[in-house]
Amino acid sequence: MSKLEIRDLHVAVDDTPILKGVDLTVESGQTHAIMGPNGSGKSTLAYSIAGHPKYTVTSGQVLLDGQNVLEMAVDERARAGLFLAMQYPVEVPGVSVSNFLRTAATAVRGEAPKLRTWVKEVNTAMTELEMDKAFAERNVNEGFSGGEKKRHEILQMALLKPKIAILDETDSGLDVDALRVVSEGVNRVRETGIGTLLITHYTRILRYIKPDFVHVFFDGRIVESGGAELANELEAHGYARYGANEPAAVQ
Amino acid sequence: MTALLNKTGSPAERFTSRNPDDFAVPTGREEEWRFSPLRKLRPLFQPFVSQDSFRFETELPAGVTLTMVGRDHELVGTALTPADRVSALAAANVGQVVLVTIAAEAQLSEPVTLRSIGKPGLNYGHFVIDARAFSSATVVMDHLGEATVAANVEVLVGDGANLTLVSVQDWDAEAVHVAAHAARLSRDARYTHIAVNLGGAVVRLNPTVTYAGPGASAELYGLSFAGEGQHQESRLYVDHSVPQCSSHVVYKSVLDGDTSRTVWIGDVRIRPAAVATTTYELNRNLLLTDGARADSVPNLEIETGEIAGAGHASATGRFDDLQLFYLQSRGIPEDEARRLVVRGFFADVINHITVPELHDRLMATIDARLGGTPAGAEEDS
Ligand SMILES: Nc1ncnc2c1ncn2[C@@H]1O[C@H](COP(=O)(O)OP(=O)(O)O)[C@@H](O)[C@H]1O
Ligand SMILES: [Mg+2]
Repeated sequence: MSKLEIRDLHVAVDDTPILKGVDLTVESGQTHAIMGPNGSGKSTLAYSIAGHPKYTVTSGQVLLDGQNVLEMAVDERARAGLFLAMQYPVEVPGVSVSNFLRTAATAVRGEAPKLRTWVKEVNTAMTELEMDKAFAERNVNEGFSGGEKKRHEILQMALLKPKIAILDETDSGLDVDALRVVSEGVNRVRETGIGTLLITHYTRILRYIKPDFVHVFFDGRIVESGGAELANELEAHGYARYGANEPAAVQ
Repeated sequence: MTALLNKTGSPAERFTSRNPDDFAVPTGREEEWRFSPLRKLRPLFQPFVSQDSFRFETELPAGVTLTMVGRDHELVGTALTPADRVSALAAANVGQVVLVTIAAEAQLSEPVTLRSIGKPGLNYGHFVIDARAFSSATVVMDHLGEATVAANVEVLVGDGANLTLVSVQDWDAEAVHVAAHAARLSRDARYTHIAVNLGGAVVRLNPTVTYAGPGASAELYGLSFAGEGQHQESRLYVDHSVPQCSSHVVYKSVLDGDTSRTVWIGDVRIRPAAVATTTYELNRNLLLTDGARADSVPNLEIETGEIAGAGHASATGRFDDLQLFYLQSRGIPEDEARRLVVRGFFADVINHITVPELHDRLMATIDARLGGTPAGAEEDS
């Protein structure tokens, strides 16, 4: 059992406060959806937990199984069991996907995976995500389509087997087919019992990935929490009653 | 001024001459010398008797012959007329010329290796690589040890021939190496020049390409890894004078010492007759410390309205924080993430080296300089 606790988290970017007191606990086996309009601070929350250098935690705590995440280096957080599927994955020129995946798996697992089982493991995970084998020889995120980037993020999640995964708008930019494939990929990892924090602007991914809890995020904090029914509410009425004139259903 | 004097125009104008006295002793104010550490180069500005302080090793597969010839051999001077004092002094005073002939139509599956292992001392060198028509070969010039060298390398790529010349500067710390690599491409020739600068105090290479027939293509790649106190200078000149030829230049430098210095000059000239030319040059420099300095001067001179394509790009920067964050967010420790980024940065140069042992040796040297071997690159037993 693992537990990610976010307590009264305040975060600034370039001295501008963005997160204004976030409280949230995610446990193994649970899926929490965070929904909120553009600019409400969802990615800031995700990046702050991962340790992005641009975001400064001004107060509050993030604990993973009681350990202070904010004191850990970015790579230590990942090795402790946190994973962030990024909204905008980064290109790394000249570094092949296969080299990257193996280096990451070696770091997270603490030893180099045996070559033969590793190749099988990667091939299986790629097949499940309907990714072509040639993909492994391309450079990390270089020239990837939006859908390829998201599949690649979930491929990493499947191989790195985190305790708690944060998915930042993994659904954005995906057509219906890709959304299904990616969601099924997420669900396979979820079934292993990890905790999931699913960040999304739109409700459509929640048809594939059923949340246990839904939180509405607005102006840097959670303004309402409920069960899956809260998503239906947002689907029907958008974010208007929180003061943002944005729909939550795809028009 | 002598009759051999030869002006090639402006601004990529090149004064060339076989007479060393036509070139004044550099003061450091000249455009072509202003980036260079003259104090260390000064021994090369006056004539000397070459001490030949080298052990010379060769690997010559079938189809290749190596002979020592005099300066008066008919091929000497056919691709190269000196463009600076050091080159002119070397050409005028070198004792012997190494002539490497790749037979017409020979298809070499193994590389030709010319390995020079230096000991301290002053040296002149002169090579002529004559890749005859329709031959295909890779020549590796491997420089090790320590020496002070002024050298000229002439490369003749015959009709339809395909030649790759890899020049590896894997010198010990005190070496000084100044060389002109001049290639002349015949009709439909393909030429790939790869300069790998790793060791030495000063390495100043002058790769030039001229075209003697249409349809020829040149690819010039460079990798420089300049540590503390190292000066690595690459001065390219591609002279398009005939139609339907192409040139493609990719030079990359990593500087990891406060006194590291790289210079890249990319002169490309497209003369009026060179219609339907394609040319592209890229120089990228990665500064890993605050004091390091990389100079980058692309210069594309187009004198015809009928080119097929021309472009250049140059950028100097530091580690991309986002790349490091992304790699680290997957559990990869920071030092290893840096190594991955540097290896990746060099990939589109070093992947053109298709000799497996050399490729692996160079990657290992680069990894060692970066302080380790990325775990992901290891094979398990
Ligand atoms: N790296 C950044 N640099 C500057 N401003 C940022 C940065 N990241 C976020 N912000 C600002 O913080 C606010 C919240 O952004 P973000 O967390 O990306 O919202 P969301 O993911 O909910 O759309 C926005 O006003 C945005 O402009
Ligand atoms: Mg966002």
